[in-house]
Amino acid sequence: MFEYEFMREAFIASTFIAITAGLVGVFVVSRNMSFLSHTLSEIGFAGAAFGILVGISPLAGMIIFTLVSSIAVGSLSSESSRREASISAISSLFIGLGILFLSLSSESSSYATNILFGSIVGISSKEVNQLMILALFVIFVFIIFYKPLSFDSFDHIGARAAGLKTRLLSIAFLVTLALSVSIGAQIVGSLLVFVLLTLPGATAKYLVHSVPKLIMVSVGLSLAGVWLGLYLAFVTNWPVTFFISGFEVIAYFLGLSYKNWKLNH
Amino acid sequence: MIEAKNLTKRFGKQLVFENLNFTINDGEFISLIGPNGSGKTTLVKIIMGLEKETSGELLIDKKQTIGYVPQFRNIDLDYPLDMEQFIRLNLKFTMSPAKRRENNLLITDILKRTHLTELKNRPLGLASGGEKQKAYLAQALLNNPKILILDESTASLDVEVKMQLMDLVQELNQKEHLTVIFITHDYELTKKYTHRALFFRDKTIEDVEVKNVSEDMFEMGG
Repeated sequence: MFEYEFMREAFIASTFIAITAGLVGVFVVSRNMSFLSHTLSEIGFAGAAFGILVGISPLAGMIIFTLVSSIAVGSLSSESSRREASISAISSLFIGLGILFLSLSSESSSYATNILFGSIVGISSKEVNQLMILALFVIFVFIIFYKPLSFDSFDHIGARAAGLKTRLLSIAFLVTLALSVSIGAQIVGSLLVFVLLTLPGATAKYLVHSVPKLIMVSVGLSLAGVWLGLYLAFVTNWPVTFFISGFEVIAYFLGLSYKNWKLNH
Repeated sequence: MIEAKNLTKRFGKQLVFENLNFTINDGEFISLIGPNGSGKTTLVKIIMGLEKETSGELLIDKKQTIGYVPQFRNIDLDYPLDMEQFIRLNLKFTMSPAKRRENNLLITDILKRTHLTELKNRPLGLASGGEKQKAYLAQALLNNPKILILDESTASLDVEVKMQLMDLVQELNQKEHLTVIFITHDYELTKKYTHRALFFRDKTIEDVEVKNVSEDMFEMGG
């Protein structure tokens, strides 16, 4: 399998994607932002389509769109019901825009399929380098903000009471989330990037009880999912996204069952 | 010591309170009573330095750390962290092994003082209401505060658990000379545990010795 360059590139890219998504996912789940990460991936689709239309790379288009919208969401109403409604309105608009941009551009529909559903053959070594730099940036931001971000994410009210600048933390987090969506979409596609950004983090919380362990389990599950997915996709020629989402969903329900079993014993 | 002199707060044209005059001495256990919207939270924010007074002044040693235990927390059944890890959230990041050892000793000490040592590995989501409140209290104690503000911490607890929590706070107040400001609507607890009561009434504050506090004062808007 590794004699093919595209598989080597895909493995390197996926490893960085999985580490980033697993790390960020723990905080997405604890901040109740699963829905927002789903929306950002749809916004990312529109961004990629926009990138193709105007002749910049799809990744650059994605980053621009997700960054701008994540910061906009950060300044949205803090009332959660209104926020949910606004987010779903924005999400519909961006799906529509993505379709419009694609139809205006000259790219074939297979390109759209790649953006939406992901692909392991589409990654060049230049893109792998870009992904690595972005992933390292996200990890770096997390190391810098690790303590206050953990406090704010796992106990927002306590963090505010302790005088932390929670608004600043929220924006820093949303920026890294936007970048993670853009990075992750390169392999699993924008439709399913939220799988990597939510399920490993959600599974981890049924298994372990400290922030470092949550991160380790989440990153581990994320890595296992993408590596297994890539291998099976190579062997069967089925879509990689199917295997990744299948693995993460099974892991999630096993985790949930374990938690329920433990509660009754 | 905390001293308010003609302390007045307005939000735009709306008057929250005016000419508050009171003193809270070091090591006192005070209850702060008033109907919702009477200005208790605003006063607490001014004490904590999160809000500025409109006029008058509040004298307080700015270097003193204040521990605040908020009323509500979003902790559901699936909340992943255990008691100890929840308390640790309030620790500062450090790479130094010496500082880490110091933090571990601090956590052991806090768990002991709040009677949580046996429960430290229990997921907070599965803890009872009283145990959760103890964890919130422990987290607030981590920065070694001289003043502790409890914001209706006993509101959703049954009588026995309320008493246990208040016994613990009283112990901290007496043994460690911690100043306690207890925001409450509870007559019994005010009588049993606190030294004085500050009643918010008609946009100002009435300072009442605890022996003179009567149940009808709470009905009038406590």
